Amino acid sequence: MIEGQPFFRFDWLVDNLDQLARRLGEHVLVTFIAVTVGFVISFALALLIRRYPRVYGPVLAVSGILYAIPSIALFVLFIPITGLSLLTAEIALVSYTLVILVRNIVTGLRGVPPDVIEAAKGMGYTDTQRLWRVELPIALPIIVAGVRIATVTTIGLVTIATLIGMGGLGYLIVNIGVTRRFPTATITGVVVVVLLSTVVELLLLAIQRRLTPWAKAREA
Amino acid sequence: MEFFGEVWTWYTDPANWSGNDGLPVRLWEHVSLSVVSLLAGLAIALPVGLYIGHTGRGARMVVAVSNIGRAVPSLGWLGIAYPISTGLFQRGGIGFLPAFIGLVALAIPPVVTNTYTGLQEVDSDLREAGRGMGMRELQLLARVEVPVALPVILAGIRVSAVAVVATAPLAALVGGGTLGAYILQGLELSDEVRVFAAAVLVALLAILTELGFAWIQRSAVSPGLSRLDDAPMTDASRVARPGELGSP
Repeated sequence: MIEGQPFFRFDWLVDNLDQLARRLGEHVLVTFIAVTVGFVISFALALLIRRYPRVYGPVLAVSGILYAIPSIALFVLFIPITGLSLLTAEIALVSYTLVILVRNIVTGLRGVPPDVIEAAKGMGYTDTQRLWRVELPIALPIIVAGVRIATVTTIGLVTIATLIGMGGLGYLIVNIGVTRRFPTATITGVVVVVLLSTVVELLLLAIQRRLTPWAKAREA
Repeated sequence: MEFFGEVWTWYTDPANWSGNDGLPVRLWEHVSLSVVSLLAGLAIALPVGLYIGHTGRGARMVVAVSNIGRAVPSLGWLGIAYPISTGLFQRGGIGFLPAFIGLVALAIPPVVTNTYTGLQEVDSDLREAGRGMGMRELQLLARVEVPVALPVILAGIRVSAVAVVATAPLAALVGGGTLGAYILQGLELSDEVRVFAAAVLVALLAILTELGFAWIQRSAVSPGLSRLDDAPMTDASRVARPGELGSP
């Protein structure tokens, strides 16, 4: 901290609201891409596992190993191939969502009671109809919970992406706050990240409840 | 393939094995900073978690604070610790100290949450039985509650340990060295070999930590306690279950 300077300068915050909005936008966009791509891949993997259950073990093992790699390392490991690009950041972020999403989608689908599946078969549902009209609606609460956790985790990880030039709220924390020794920017960045993940968490929790009113009674 | 050859050359170059920027020094900075921070974090978090878990006093506030703490990104802790440290100690506040403060803050929340939750989940019949056998409060805690809650407590410690080892590279941002110093130098100089070589070492250290603590968990936990290995994540990673993962 530069001497004689207050710990938090509101005037800086007021002057830099446009920059804050831009960084927040970058942060949300990078997070959104990661969770969306991660969900598409995870959903495809889960359908594969639904058909060939033996694939589950290897998929969990590989995604578990990816998850165990520290974000600072995974963010830079692909630089030799994909350079300092959004793609490099997204490869790392998508990798981290897989273990959460695959696990939740598969567990959700497997939690469908066997007699419900029998009933659907008895009513003449084809395999695809059964998946979309019976199994997925029943699995929905657990799937949405997975999306919620993956999103909140990703929001925290995106802060690190500033190290490879991706901006976001991490830019305020590191490139202005730490590098220029300006605590105001660091605190602003951290507070906005925490607010963002809290808002997103509550929002997805509300969506989860809205989508599955029948789960309310059991939840308690 | 040529690239991996260069990475290998970097590892074996004697110049990278000597001096203040050599691998032994950086590795030592990384490991010592991680160990000291984790121990300090445990020294604060375990008593707090045990106290509120056993008595239930102040639980709501501590858990709320702890949950907010878990939403702060790892980078945020170091960023906040930096001005505090330099504000308190001027130039002495650069390097080890801000990294230490940041990592201790990072290590505390998972341990508090898990210790508290683990104790809360102990079957009240077991407590009654312990009291019926004439156990005093501390005996009850040490002989009944902690052994039963051990898988959940250890899962919290594992998550903290891995988070600390994985975040320690960011110490380089505040002059704290560690293997992260190579990553930052490499990014600055566009030296992809250096970045990659260091990132591999960081990944190995974190995975070793994960495996080490998983082994401790397996060997320390009573076989009579069931494991919850493949459970879906539903509680927003607030409580790390024995088979569950922390944050990368």
